[in-house]
Amino acid sequence: MANEAVKFVWEGAIPLQIHLHKSEVASHPAPPPALVLAPRIGYLPLLVPLIKPYFKDSLPPGEDSIWFDYKGFPLKWYIPTGVLFDLLCAEPERPWNLTIHFRGYPSNILIPCEGEDSVKWNFVNSLKEAAYIINGNCKNVMNMSQSDQEDLWTSVMNGDLDAYTRLSPKLKMGTIEDEFSRKLSLSSSPQPRQGGAEVDVAGQVKTARIPVRLYVRSVNKNFENLEDVPEIDTWDEISYLNRPVEFLREEGKCFSLRDAIESLLPEYIGDRAQTSGEEGTVDASEETDGSPETGEIKLVRIQGIEMKLEIPFSWVVNNLMNPEFYLHISVLVKAPQR
Amino acid sequence: MEILFAPPMDSVKDGKLSVEGFSVAARAFADKWKRHNQSLPPWSWVPLIDRTLLVPNKEEGYLSLEKIILSSLEERPCSEEDESLDVKIDCSEDLESIDHAILVQNVENEAHYYDFHVVYSASYGVPVLYFRGYCSGGQPLTLDVIKEDLPSCSVSLLLESKWTFITQEEHPYLNRPWFKLHPCGTEEWIKLLSQSSSGAACQMPVELYLVSWFSVVGQVVGLRIPLEMLNLRTSAIQLQEQAMFSVTGKKQT
Repeated sequence: MANEAVKFVWEGAIPLQIHLHKSEVASHPAPPPALVLAPRIGYLPLLVPLIKPYFKDSLPPGEDSIWFDYKGFPLKWYIPTGVLFDLLCAEPERPWNLTIHFRGYPSNILIPCEGEDSVKWNFVNSLKEAAYIINGNCKNVMNMSQSDQEDLWTSVMNGDLDAYTRLSPKLKMGTIEDEFSRKLSLSSSPQPRQGGAEVDVAGQVKTARIPVRLYVRSVNKNFENLEDVPEIDTWDEISYLNRPVEFLREEGKCFSLRDAIESLLPEYIGDRAQTSGEEGTVDASEETDGSPETGEIKLVRIQGIEMKLEIPFSWVVNNLMNPEFYLHISVLVKAPQR
Repeated sequence: MEILFAPPMDSVKDGKLSVEGFSVAARAFADKWKRHNQSLPPWSWVPLIDRTLLVPNKEEGYLSLEKIILSSLEERPCSEEDESLDVKIDCSEDLESIDHAILVQNVENEAHYYDFHVVYSASYGVPVLYFRGYCSGGQPLTLDVIKEDLPSCSVSLLLESKWTFITQEEHPYLNRPWFKLHPCGTEEWIKLLSQSSSGAACQMPVELYLVSWFSVVGQVVGLRIPLEMLNLRTSAIQLQEQAMFSVTGKKQT
């Protein structure tokens, strides 16, 4: 049914070692950390039913408002766990040591979370937005029956790819397949699609819109190895772009991941900027010193994979997107010197 | 009158705006607001903050109207003079004098301030209203408290559609939790408005887009705009109500 890459994405998980925050330990001795396997496409609050029984006897009295941090940095629950890991651990840390808090929710930084309901609606609203980008409306999401919508969410929550593969075609999301012509014939159906495939006058360039969430972490100081990337202090070091990529199809030309990123971050790719090539082939730091005003892309990661930028974007989208039809791209850049 | 008869500018045919169109519409809206709505402070255009040199387009930004007091807008009659009294800006001096008179300060009656931002959504191709409320001390207001300041129709809709009408989400530029009015029905009711504003042509000048949009969206948070701003034809009020119904009446947003 589903292809191999999609299966890998769905089975992908990050081993977590979760500590109870010191200030909330009301038992002696303090509870040892909990070990949990967190699905990449999942969300941290969905782990709470697993983790809470483990710590509940150690908690001080009071009402729960659960959140997680990594080295003191509050984690946004509405970003898929795999994306948080790719973004915050330049050099992957396994197990990933997180701290759980049951009190003192940082509501100035994080959106409130009412458990699974919040996560589910965050998913559904993202799905609607993706549908709007791809099909020009979100009717298919709106018209999905309540039970199908519920089952779709359950399949995501349980990492049940078979159920998801059965249900997701009901969303009738336009796909960017290699046979682009098929999509064009779809678009001539009675109700014209908006925001979908289009052909210009010459009939040469075809476009489609791809839902992309791009997370750009910028580091000011230069570094040679990923271990040397400084720890992150605030979310202000991360820029977040939620903007569709206009997928351009030109005869005889492949639209690559580089083209996609360039459309979102023109300063970092293109004529003025350089990108690190494969390890050991480019002495990037020296070149960067020569042209201090340009930034440099150090690392592009999707679903834990370090991406080569030449890869066809259509492959990336079709295989590595998350179940809400968004492609989440984590980018590490060295900020331009000002 | 000035805009409707201007040389043919870009017009909105399908209910959506481009990012450039948004910038044009935003400035036109802010100008009109300033001319016709002197009881309220002007909207200002906030250019994007360039954190990591991410933004090539210097035209990108959002509209901002801050420190607005929304209290008891709805209960009062809507004549223009009254309106100017309803909404006050940063009237901390006034408040103090009231406090002296009352002697016992009631925390419940503490002034609530609201910030409104109109941000362009590239996904939907429409403007989106973000807002937040806070006390004079700066503490953010929860949705439960905010509800008391919202018009009753918005409150009942909130009960009905908790997750699809107004939710707390990250402000796209400020990276902080703000309230957001869901935009996915916007295109539809904008089409409705534009159809009638210029007859069969079904077009709306870009410059009028945000005015029409805000005439509907503003009501959700209790901000009405003077009718002169609309500059539409006679049935303007009726249409506005229809659109209002479609933004609030449907579960779809």
